[in-house]
Amino acid sequence: MRPVYIAGVALTPIGEHWELSLRDLACEAALKALEKAEVERIDALYVANMGAAPLQSQLHLGALMADALGLYGLPAMRVEAAQASGGVAVHEANLAVASGLYDSVLVVGVEKMSDALPLEVRSALAMAEDQEYTAYTGVTDVGLCALLHRLYMERYEAKPEEVAALAAISHEHAVGCPHAQYPFRVSVEKILSSPMEADPIHMLECSGIGDGAAALVLTADRGDVEIAASTVAVDHFFLTERSDPLILEAVRTASKRAYERAGISPRDIDLVELHDSTTIIGILSLEDLGFVEKGFGARYVSEGNVRRDGELPVNTFGGLKARGNPVGATGVYQVAEIALQLLGEAGRCQVEDAEVGVAENLGGVASTASITILRRH
Amino acid sequence: MSVPRYWREIKYRYRLIGELCTECGAIIFPRRRLCPHCGCRELEECKLSETGTVLSWTVIQHPPKGYEKYAPYVVALIKLDDGAQILSQVVDVEPEEMRVGLRVEATFRRVREDGSSGIIEYGYKFRPIIEEP
Ligand SMILES: [Zn+2]
Repeated sequence: MRPVYIAGVALTPIGEHWELSLRDLACEAALKALEKAEVERIDALYVANMGAAPLQSQLHLGALMADALGLYGLPAMRVEAAQASGGVAVHEANLAVASGLYDSVLVVGVEKMSDALPLEVRSALAMAEDQEYTAYTGVTDVGLCALLHRLYMERYEAKPEEVAALAAISHEHAVGCPHAQYPFRVSVEKILSSPMEADPIHMLECSGIGDGAAALVLTADRGDVEIAASTVAVDHFFLTERSDPLILEAVRTASKRAYERAGISPRDIDLVELHDSTTIIGILSLEDLGFVEKGFGARYVSEGNVRRDGELPVNTFGGLKARGNPVGATGVYQVAEIALQLLGEAGRCQVEDAEVGVAENLGGVASTASITILRRH
Repeated sequence: MSVPRYWREIKYRYRLIGELCTECGAIIFPRRRLCPHCGCRELEECKLSETGTVLSWTVIQHPPKGYEKYAPYVVALIKLDDGAQILSQVVDVEPEEMRVGLRVEATFRRVREDGSSGIIEYGYKFRPIIEEP
């Protein structure tokens, strides 16, 4: 396998883009990334998306986006792994270049959620779970996280304000981020006084609904940012079959494999983009990525260690909570953000002297985990 | 949900039928082709316990399509007395009465109304066990 580099990065602001279609969004990010990358030719296109089938009645995104970009004749495909679609698309694209099969490929993550009613979006998100026995109960994706949230607070005696601190810090980090959907501060008090979405999870502990697209060009030509590792792992699909639902086994497996491949340990990592679709998933992730012992994640966060100037900068542009969570595109945003940090192009969100960063992107309640480690050269 | 898709699950949902792994003894629900714990393919149908204990619970305030008229409703992770775990709505209970450790029993209820296919789906939900005096 040969090294793979990130040649071009682009992202659109996340928000309610009434004037832009799925295609417009994807093109905006992709064309900008291609412009920056200055590669001779694109050998393959990977489109990461979760919801276009239920929300836009649109499938066949590979050929559709290739056509929109004027890329005829190449292999083009949609990669879907629920909210982990972006990370898994990066994984596939990385493999294709690392193997020597393709020299330069384009990854575009795109999602358009604001056209649909919230009810339709909830049903689309619930498609990440088994329809016959999980979604069948009427549980939502946030509802499943809520079951873990309560278990966590009971078992580890974590306080609501310790868990909620992750959302407050993420919002703090989004201030000044040009592509963030919610670039403003929200206090822990305000988060905990927001209405319940799924008890004990408050509305302001959940990521919102947004439209956005992010694009990356991966290439074998030597560049400033290398993909040091890209791994994917899956876990038992049913929460009820996991030996301990508070262990995100897919995150443990994928991250362990990624650290080995990159030849590093969690201590070598300078910044992290977490899959904080809800605060509790972010907290469990910090633990299972190996940064803090099981049961101590909430305390670690509330002590401020994950601030941009702290021991372990997390969600440096706001994470899913404040940057936004255009589900199928989110994993591509995360990798793009790590690249911007390592390139020193993070503007007001810049972390000083970062050399290694990790992005964690999850599908379902971590039924799929994708880990991408980037390193600066 | 289409009629055949609903009909396929009736036996399991109406009567809480799972499977017993003849190799490792795990009780498996819902049914599948091999044991998720040991990979054994020799599984025997078995009736699940209809009573259990709440491990965790939540209240769904904003439901997906088909569940609007039931909201808000309680969904719980339940450990059945035979050791299997199941996800289910808990009914006949106010959210304020919910707690970890609550004893519950299976009950047969209307689950969802599908506007597109017109079928009304039934299946299991759980409810608190009322202790005899
Ligand atoms: Zn077994």
